[in-house]
Amino acid sequence: MVTLKIDGKKVTVRKLSTVLDAARKLDIPIPTLCHHPELSPFGGCRLCLIEIKGYPKPVASCTTFAKEGMEIITASPSLEKLRRTTLELILSDHPKDCMVCERAGDCKLQELAYFYGIRENRFEGERRIYTKKDNNPFVAREMEKCILCGQCVRICDEIQGVGAIDFAYRGLKTKICPPFEKDLDCEFCGQCVSVCPTGALTGKMWAHKGRQNFKEVETVCPYCGCGCNLTLHVWRNEVIRVSSKEDTINEGWLCAKGRFGYGFIHSPDRLAKPLIRTAPKEGVDLNKPQNSSRFTIHDSQFKEVSWDEALDYIAVKLKETKEKYGSDAVGGLSSARCTNEENYLFQKFIRAVIGTNNVDHCARY
Amino acid sequence: MNKDIAIKVCAGTGGVASGGEEVLSAFRNSISSAGLEATIYEKCSAHRVGCRGFCAKDVLVDVIINGEKTTYKHIKPDMVARIFDEHIMKGNPVTEWIVGEAYFNFHNKQTKVVLSHCGEIDPEDINAYIAVGGYKAAKKAFASMSPEEIVDVVKSSNLRGRGGAGFPTGIKWELGLRIESDIKYVICNGDEGDPGAFMDRSVMEGDPHAVIEGMIICAKATGSHHGYIYVRAEYPLAVKRLQMAIDQCKQSGFLGNNIFGTDFGFDLKIFQGAGAFVCGEATALMRSIEGKRGMPTPKLWRSAEKGLWDKPTVLNNVETFANIPRIIMNGANWYRNLGTDRSGGTKVFSLSGKVKNTGLIEVPLGVTLRDIIFDIGGGIEGEKSFKALQTGGPSGGCIPAEFLDTEVDYESLAQVGSIMGSGGMVVLDETSCMVNTAKFFLEFTQAESCGKCTPCRIGTKRMLEILERITSGNGKEGDIELLEELGHHIRATSLCGLGMTAPNPVLSTLRYFRNEYESHIRDKKCPAAVCKDLITYSVLEEICNGCGACKRACPADAVRGKRKSPHRIDPEICIKCGTCFDACKFKAIIKI
Ligand SMILES: Cc1cc2nc3c(=O)[nH]c(=O)nc-3n(C[C@H](O)[C@H](O)[C@H](O)COP(=O)(O)O)c2cc1C
Ligand code: SF4
Ligand code: SF4
Ligand code: FES
Repeated sequence: MVTLKIDGKKVTVRKLSTVLDAARKLDIPIPTLCHHPELSPFGGCRLCLIEIKGYPKPVASCTTFAKEGMEIITASPSLEKLRRTTLELILSDHPKDCMVCERAGDCKLQELAYFYGIRENRFEGERRIYTKKDNNPFVAREMEKCILCGQCVRICDEIQGVGAIDFAYRGLKTKICPPFEKDLDCEFCGQCVSVCPTGALTGKMWAHKGRQNFKEVETVCPYCGCGCNLTLHVWRNEVIRVSSKEDTINEGWLCAKGRFGYGFIHSPDRLAKPLIRTAPKEGVDLNKPQNSSRFTIHDSQFKEVSWDEALDYIAVKLKETKEKYGSDAVGGLSSARCTNEENYLFQKFIRAVIGTNNVDHCARY
Repeated sequence: MNKDIAIKVCAGTGGVASGGEEVLSAFRNSISSAGLEATIYEKCSAHRVGCRGFCAKDVLVDVIINGEKTTYKHIKPDMVARIFDEHIMKGNPVTEWIVGEAYFNFHNKQTKVVLSHCGEIDPEDINAYIAVGGYKAAKKAFASMSPEEIVDVVKSSNLRGRGGAGFPTGIKWELGLRIESDIKYVICNGDEGDPGAFMDRSVMEGDPHAVIEGMIICAKATGSHHGYIYVRAEYPLAVKRLQMAIDQCKQSGFLGNNIFGTDFGFDLKIFQGAGAFVCGEATALMRSIEGKRGMPTPKLWRSAEKGLWDKPTVLNNVETFANIPRIIMNGANWYRNLGTDRSGGTKVFSLSGKVKNTGLIEVPLGVTLRDIIFDIGGGIEGEKSFKALQTGGPSGGCIPAEFLDTEVDYESLAQVGSIMGSGGMVVLDETSCMVNTAKFFLEFTQAESCGKCTPCRIGTKRMLEILERITSGNGKEGDIELLEELGHHIRATSLCGLGMTAPNPVLSTLRYFRNEYESHIRDKKCPAAVCKDLITYSVLEEICNGCGACKRACPADAVRGKRKSPHRIDPEICIKCGTCFDACKFKAIIKI
């Protein structure tokens, strides 16, 4: 453990903590744009500069280890001036279209510009202009808004293990892109979107659905047994975006399905009540399916029922089958979307109640 | 008649570019055809020698007959026959082609340590290196020195890193030695990305074995068994010669397992960089070897603790390593006494610009800038006056005449607002515009920024834009202050040395030549008449005799006038290329 003083306050942190970690522990705000606690240190934005007593010039707090006895100042007129100028520089290469930007109100850059009151910019000059080419349905990229914090590159490589994007070119022309500037073609987990501090990376399906006044509803992802925590952004009873918070069991990380696979919620095809098949559709021959080689839901007639009715019906049918043909005539197939407890109960039911070992699961028991 | 004849042809990059290979084969042909008819020579060989520094006079050829050396300059293949006939066969040197006094001044005022073999021995032959005492130092280090002893010698030699920052080499090695690790690396930085710099290139091409020997000694001192030489791929000759040298070392048992018959192994590989200036920065270079994008990484750890692949790494410059064998053989005191109290030894500089003698020079640290420019460099070209010396490559600064008596070392150059850098020296005379010079260097650094950090990526671009508007006549009041603020901002906040030093050319010229900036901004004039948008060409009617030379030369048809009567330049059409200015023999055309 090391003890240091930040803005006159003592704090003790573990060895190999950064000065930024220590300041955050004291709740002292230091502006950052490229730092992410779960990703490797980067030190690119240069906003988190602080002064250390005895050091000749300011250093980046995100990439400086806290040392015993350090005395640190996080805010001084000269530091604030440096930060302001850095922000001005970033904004001089950034479109001024917050009004129509998907991330307005939820953008770290906008927030800092607001705090520092940057309206006039002394450094107007050439800006990067790119042609868009995103034919994927998930990730919208507006790379003019990119501030090159590198978080998307690091998360893709370090957390996701994919490495679909990296830095390319030099100088002001530096940009983040897939290899050979091709169209993005990856897993579309959207992890990059989740860490992007600006509107450079957004979800395509978020567009024009609303940025304010949505309700946040905490829930658990229905797609698999991992049980990632989701935050639904609900506006007028419609889910318009899905995110996840850092302090969850999944640390805020999500996969493509959890993040972008919410379209089913409001799908007109979605089953919201149990259905019992009553008969084949009129004119359908059960031995000759209509639309495909298999007999599908579209070939049947259904009756909407309550859960009680549905469960009773299943119980009766299972009992009948077991009595008539024996236990092994029944098989159970469970799902990775269920929790461990649910899957345990299901196999117990099949084995102990039905009396067969015909039980499996899409990820195997 | 028994003659002992040796012919040395300059085959460094400058020499090769000027036709060194052709000159060499012309000599070979003459000798072998003569040798077939009459065997009058006892010994005769045409050696390929590395760079001898004096590029302005390439191709240089030494003809040594019975120990008597004659040096010829500007030799072309078709001149070989005459030298062969008159000098080699008849014993009468071709006097009009012999180098003059400048050549000897150029060499005599220098102290050659690192360059002592360049141009003297065949770099492609390990035996030539061994014949001049090569690998004795490494053998000594392996036979009779402990790692601590080697480190002590290097420490007390006062050798400081020649890559630019001047970190004491012995201390770096000591850190490398102290840290315990299963794997350690030694890396030689041969990236040399400064435009116009060719010090390291000349050493790698002209004396590759010295670099390798230095690395072997470092390996022994730090207990490292793996090494890399990082060379930019634009140096194919350096890559080829280093590879030949490595292969010869392996055959001789100087590299590989059990080197010099001990149980110590050292494996050395070449890694070719793709030519990014920033890859010369130590952390970017290591990322590049790791297969990542060459971007500097924050120095949470020293390289000696966690460097290449997070293993302890000692990284030094080419010239730093090439000094090591000499230090081990001649002793720390010898080297230390060559330099100043703060830095031992000599430094290689590439002297270029408006001086009479250009090329590579090697001087003891502590000589004055005046000695370099006026003695070795032979003074300013033409009848012009000295204006400034730009040192340290694109991220260096401009030093005005009042500091010509500065004694060269790391601290003194920093004090006057420049840097030692890797050793570039560009002499500027009165015809150089300082604003334009600053813009020129900044153009390079801003384009080579890796783009990682804000001040360097965007800040240098904004500085460049301000300079562009000043040199094009659109400068505004307040631009100078803005440049200064941005310059200090970038220097204070950038992540790596590239950004930290990029504003130097601007800040140093603002410090010493502020009035030139003011003339550009306020009077819309370029005092040195360089910035195109601020000059006009016109004809002095009293002097013009209407010869029409300018009219014929003008590519834009901007010159009007009848033969034998004064001409006139149409400012609307003139594209300010300056062709007429050069074409007029009567100095009747002026630019203001
Ligand atoms: C932008 C930049 C470019 C550099 N280029 C080189 C180079 O081409 N060669 C070199 O030896 N050092 C270069 N350096 C310095 C290296 O980072 C490092 O300090 C040096 O190689 C260490 O070796 P030394 O101690 O022997 O000088 C560069 C540094 C920076 C910031
Ligand atoms: S796209 Fe977003 S996350 Fe990626 S570097 Fe740019 S600003 Fe950062
Ligand atoms: S200072 Fe420039 S070169 Fe160095 S890390 Fe920053 S952007 Fe890259
Ligand atoms: S947060 Fe430290 S440099 Fe960006």
